[in-house]
Amino acid sequence: MPCDNPVIISPLDAPPGAVRFTRSRLADLGATIVVWLMAMLVTAVFVWLLADIVWHGAGQLSWQFLTEPSRNAGRAGGVGPILVSTGLILAVCLAVSLPLGLATAVLLAEFTAVDSVFGRLVRRSLDVLAGVPSIVFGLFGNAFFCVYLRMGFSILAGGLTLACMVLPILIRATEEGFRSAPQEYRLGAAALGMSRTSALLHLLLPAAVPGLVVGLVLGIGRALAETAALIFTSGYVDRMPGSLMDSGRSLSIHIYDLSMNVAGGNAHAYGSALVLILLLLVINAAASQMAERWLQRKLITV
Amino acid sequence: MNAQPGKNNNDDQPAAASPDSSGAFTVTALQSGPPCCVPEPMIEVERLCLRYGRTPVLQDVSLTINRGCISALIGPSGCGKTSFLSSLNRLTDLIPSCRVEARIRIDQIDVYSPKIDVIALRRKVGMIFQKPNPFPLSIRRNIELPLREHGLRHREQLHEQVELALRHVGLWEEVKDRLDVSAFSLSGGQQQRLCIARALALRPDVLLLDEPCSALDPIATGVIEELIESLRGRLTAVVVTHNLDQARRIADYAAFFSNRDGAGRLIEHGSKEQIFQTPQDALTQAYVNGRKG
Repeated sequence: MPCDNPVIISPLDAPPGAVRFTRSRLADLGATIVVWLMAMLVTAVFVWLLADIVWHGAGQLSWQFLTEPSRNAGRAGGVGPILVSTGLILAVCLAVSLPLGLATAVLLAEFTAVDSVFGRLVRRSLDVLAGVPSIVFGLFGNAFFCVYLRMGFSILAGGLTLACMVLPILIRATEEGFRSAPQEYRLGAAALGMSRTSALLHLLLPAAVPGLVVGLVLGIGRALAETAALIFTSGYVDRMPGSLMDSGRSLSIHIYDLSMNVAGGNAHAYGSALVLILLLLVINAAASQMAERWLQRKLITV
Repeated sequence: MNAQPGKNNNDDQPAAASPDSSGAFTVTALQSGPPCCVPEPMIEVERLCLRYGRTPVLQDVSLTINRGCISALIGPSGCGKTSFLSSLNRLTDLIPSCRVEARIRIDQIDVYSPKIDVIALRRKVGMIFQKPNPFPLSIRRNIELPLREHGLRHREQLHEQVELALRHVGLWEEVKDRLDVSAFSLSGGQQQRLCIARALALRPDVLLLDEPCSALDPIATGVIEELIESLRGRLTAVVVTHNLDQARRIADYAAFFSNRDGAGRLIEHGSKEQIFQTPQDALTQAYVNGRKG
């Protein structure tokens, strides 16, 4: 083929030897600096917050603080019964929301088309629910669980209200987990004459577990941090709860009460905040660890 | 390949010459049909129409596939070959917008009858995909999982079947020391052979292969082709392929699909000699000779 194409000279053709530090390189550098600054700023806020709590709270931490009941409206004593109440509220919340969330996620991801009316309706409702302020959940929980179902101010009512709050997050994250499982697993399993249930159990559920853990970690975080919804439902009695029908004070309410209503409670508020953060870390680590273990037993990918 | 399984119906090799006759695939009554020089219909498709939503993909396809033979489906991309294949084991059920209208009979079973047990059908009609799709499990579990699903529970029986299936695809010697490592650690060709072993372990009567070699290198392709040829006479194989040389090498029959009037249609069907040497249709002629239709 003869090469008689006209030579087109473009402004992008740099003259030979002209490799300069151009304007666009400068823009790149600027952008890099800005992005790093923002990241540092965000990290700094977090570190400052954490350092403040550890600084003021570490001195409070002791075995007595973790086990003793609080005295003198929380100024003295410890957080023993409060820890128990928190644990119970969380347990009720998870015992209800985990199976319900998993089942709903399976329904949404595996048995309804993405664009079906039902699927869209449920998904939209969940997204709206996830954004509802917690105080609204508190009022709803109070009206429905405490008054209408006659549970009164109780750990049960508090846990159930928290479950309502956690469910949207849990469902959406787990659903994403299921959707991220490759379609090849479904087709492959179906082509081998495997039922949907067994494909779900052996292949898709393990693939969805990472999503479930993300939902769980976010959900537990939200549940442990909750104050507004619990004031109206589980109450703020700081005695050791005798049963699920007793009122119980959660750690976050304890912190709120100490710092807002009790003069001279700041020291113990810091201590409780540190306990809360440690608890969150421990529970999340345990949840991830357990999921990891289970996953390794089910799937062999390496 | 180390363990080329013996006991072919119409194999010119005597079974005794097989290096490992203990690992030979047992030929069940159903599978030991007549060799394919005596054509006996196994899959009968009548007036198949397949749509995705409102888009017609296949229009009025009627095709008879003979028992014990290897049939190649050839044709340009997007003319519905894969859709045709997945309509045979009703894998199209998994695609929400897909509608199939047809009378398909496989071994006298009416595939689209509402009374049919789809799971049993899919066990009878195995399928291999374009991209090897082992499960994220160990090599052993990959074969055991579907076997368990179909009721095989005894540990020894399972071990036996796993070994048999792997021997059949010539994978046993390569993996026998690492059955419990992940199937993902295998090479692409080995993964595809594992998928074939997994399908064969269920003793299907029909095996659908959707471009089984398109993701593999030439050597792995050769191994898979050899394997497919070893199936001749034992089960009915339908292979979609874009590789015309491959179709020439392994197939007994060929069916040419192409787009005509806005939907995929079966243009021509016959023995491979007919399709490749004396095609009747101008489109077929152009395609097999590598010209644009």
